[in-house]
Amino acid sequence: MPDLYFGAVDEATDAEKAAVDEAIADWGPVTIRVSERLVHGGRARMRERRHLLLPALHALQRAAGWISPGGLDHACRVLEVPPAEAYGVATFYHLFTHEPPAADDTVHVCDDIACRLVGAVDLIDDLRTGGHHVKASPCLGQCERAPAVMVQRRGRPDLTVTATDGGTVGVTEVAVVIDSGVSTPSVTVPQTGDPGLRLLARVGVVDPTSLEDYRASGGYRALEASVALGGDRVIAEVTASGLSGRGGAAFPTGIKWRGVADQEGRPRHLVCNADESEPGTFKDRVVMEGDPFSLVEAMTVAGLAIGAEQGWLYIRGEYPVAIQRLSGAISAARDAGLLGDDVAGSGQRFDISLRSGAGAYICGEETALFNSIEGFRGEPRNKPPFPTTHGLFGEPTAINNVETLVNVLSIVLTGSAAYAAEGTERSPGTKLFCLSGRVNRPGTYEVEFGATLGDMIDLAGGLLDGSRLRVVLLGGAAGSFVGPDSLDLPLTLEATREAGVSLGSGVIMVFDESDDMVDTVRRIAEFFRDESCGQCVPCRVGTVRQEEVLVRLGRGAALDDERDLLDDLAAVMKDASICGLGQTASGAVRSALDMGLLADIAEGNGGGGQ
Amino acid sequence: MNDTPVAVPTTLVEITLDGEAVRVPKGSTILDACRREGIDTPTLCWAENLTPVNVCRVCVVEVEGSRVLVPSCSRPVEDGMVIATDSERVRTSRRMVYELLASSVEMDRADREVHEWMEHYGARPERMGKRSEIATVAQPVKVQDDLYVRDYERCILCYKCVEACGDDAQQTFAIATAGRGFDAHISTEHDVTLPDSACVYCGNCIGVCPTGALSFRTEHDMRLAGTWDEDIQEVTTTVCSFCGVGCNLELHTQDDRIVKVTSPSDHSVTHGHLCIKGRFGWQQHAHS
Ligand SMILES: Cc1cc2nc3c(=O)[nH]c(=O)nc-3n(C[C@H](O)[C@H](O)[C@H](O)COP(=O)(O)O)c2cc1C
Ligand code: SF4
Ligand code: FES
Repeated sequence: MPDLYFGAVDEATDAEKAAVDEAIADWGPVTIRVSERLVHGGRARMRERRHLLLPALHALQRAAGWISPGGLDHACRVLEVPPAEAYGVATFYHLFTHEPPAADDTVHVCDDIACRLVGAVDLIDDLRTGGHHVKASPCLGQCERAPAVMVQRRGRPDLTVTATDGGTVGVTEVAVVIDSGVSTPSVTVPQTGDPGLRLLARVGVVDPTSLEDYRASGGYRALEASVALGGDRVIAEVTASGLSGRGGAAFPTGIKWRGVADQEGRPRHLVCNADESEPGTFKDRVVMEGDPFSLVEAMTVAGLAIGAEQGWLYIRGEYPVAIQRLSGAISAARDAGLLGDDVAGSGQRFDISLRSGAGAYICGEETALFNSIEGFRGEPRNKPPFPTTHGLFGEPTAINNVETLVNVLSIVLTGSAAYAAEGTERSPGTKLFCLSGRVNRPGTYEVEFGATLGDMIDLAGGLLDGSRLRVVLLGGAAGSFVGPDSLDLPLTLEATREAGVSLGSGVIMVFDESDDMVDTVRRIAEFFRDESCGQCVPCRVGTVRQEEVLVRLGRGAALDDERDLLDDLAAVMKDASICGLGQTASGAVRSALDMGLLADIAEGNGGGGQ
Repeated sequence: MNDTPVAVPTTLVEITLDGEAVRVPKGSTILDACRREGIDTPTLCWAENLTPVNVCRVCVVEVEGSRVLVPSCSRPVEDGMVIATDSERVRTSRRMVYELLASSVEMDRADREVHEWMEHYGARPERMGKRSEIATVAQPVKVQDDLYVRDYERCILCYKCVEACGDDAQQTFAIATAGRGFDAHISTEHDVTLPDSACVYCGNCIGVCPTGALSFRTEHDMRLAGTWDEDIQEVTTTVCSFCGVGCNLELHTQDDRIVKVTSPSDHSVTHGHLCIKGRFGWQQHAHS
């Protein structure tokens, strides 16, 4: 690294300096080796402290309410990062700001698809009128208790405000939470106490802050069993169970783990993807808030199995309650010798660093997530090479979704055969689904694979009184719309694949005849426009043009005049984008078009919403 | 990497390129293979003296077995690869990349090939809508010193200048990509002016810019005055005399006046990159 130039006119304040220093000290001596930014092909990056940039930026934002030039300069000096690059990183994230703060509290109001069905847009107006500093936010992952608000605070922990049973969120509710400094309590799941629950069994039943209670309810028996089995047999069991990834791509977990474990002699990493930002998705949050130790235990089992010494838990920054619970669980596990130099008497070292994102859906894409942890912009890398050989810091990495990992506990405990006895042959086990929209009991539900879409809607209490089912958004914004004719569709990997749809992250968002679908589809297009990393042309400009078409349609433009353009935009985004964001950005729009949801506009009925 | 000075025999891999079986050296990219075989392939973000970033996607090709198209500039060939460079899917994506860029960016000063390729693929950026009614990167030009002009409404975000300023040549890191999505842009920290940044005025960013977003002040001023005329400019090659490195210089002159200095990107010493002395030394002479 050459001599760096630091030009900031103002010095960092003492508070900013202290915050950065503390954030860095806090993370302890994490061993980071030569890293490589794969998109730039094989260039060695000996920047040992660069991965502390994101924690340092969080510290600055928290301390000062913005990333001031002086503060950024200080972080750059300490971490030896060029200021222009650090600025590029800081401006990548929605939760970092670059002007002196207008207020101590910034109220982020979700105006995404589920929340706007229940008045989020009016809530934004009301809060602004009430004098709050408000920002509209993409999905906050609280769709089962919409509308949702996240309060980002200077100098104090962030807060979540959501609707509670039967209620809603207004100016009063937000004020109460801000005044008390306590977030709306976590929800229990609708199925609490159901003996069929595997992944959700402890949620709402066992105290999520107590390691003792976790152990008393069977916790850490899987770790014990896996230490006895040894890594190779754990991987063999996971492979035999047929477990596939729950983060969207459904890749077989055992094969991924084997690939990393085989990279002997190289430092390996386990990463838990807890970025959960797909609109309509909130299942991982429910697990992390309600049963944080299960994730810590599952990461430990996985880490030991693949021979990783370091685990990384990357969680979206908008989940303050989950972040707090997981931090607590990690420290408690460390204190009890369940993380550290000799995990549970295995003779193996494994520890977990928790890193929080800062408002960027794209950082859920696995290679973007690696860049984000490494202190670079969250821009996806071109694949191949794949993470199993070239992942975090260019080293072999297994990255898994929260739900995927938590499944491993029962596989290890009951054996792969018992695990695979549930579900269908090609989709073994249970699955979490996120039910939201016009159903009576929205929430996270766990069922054996094989339940149909109709079963799931029934489980959630059916449609609201007086509602008639119009469409369902299946799989999230990156998924597609399906109509009432799909109620008999079994929600398995094989059946959905055959039907040309995807389970994605398990989203089932229900819309009725009164909902403005044109507005919903436009909001989805806006989401992709806002969340594109901006790296590749098809997605950076394509998502903008796609949204412009939808806005024009909403204003009465003739669909026939725009159809060719929509087709071409879909083609280039799907075929030529670097990553899954661009590749799926046209999926929901296309399916809406195919189902005639957009034809409504052309006929001037606006989707029935007004 | 092999340290021994003897020539190592090149391993060849066999691929099928547009229906023809061809053998190319292992480790080449698909783009290398295309060029060897005389298949003209458009590129925007690729340059021979920079690490491929594969972001523009105009070089995409179809590879059998791959769900999506593949950037030829960065993907190494593999034995048995079956590649199509002129399929309907490829043509659509390439045309769309040009239409998307040209609808949002001012392309009038882009390299001539860009316009030829746009015509070749029948790109019609105007169908995206009227400029005044769609999002573009239009913005005021940045003239902050006597040497450089940055006109970001001409920027296609190819990352070339960032690479030339950073790891690939200059190691100065004065500029980086900031912002996200359509708001992504090239910037110094907090958008300070170049004189207030780490910039050392090597001019290498200008040297690699394919669209005229970055230019020398001389060119900018002459364009404003209506006197810039590439057709009557002459290029003389010489060796820089400021130090002993031996950098090749190309002096662009118009009416016997030096208007710009470049270096050939295939030159073994410079790889197209220079320092402030080679790039602007003539100006100091002229001024003193
Ligand atoms: C734009 C985008 C966003 C993603 N977001 C997430 C996410 O929030 N959580 C997640 O687990 N996977 C997400 N993924 C999928 C990951 O890239 C990766 O496939 C997954 O973490 C692998 O874990 P699994 O095999 O356990 O599913 C996303 C992918 C894309 C393209
Ligand atoms: S597809 Fe979109 S999000 Fe993915 S790399 Fe390209 S610009 Fe970034
Ligand atoms: S030249 Fe290959 S992606 Fe730009």
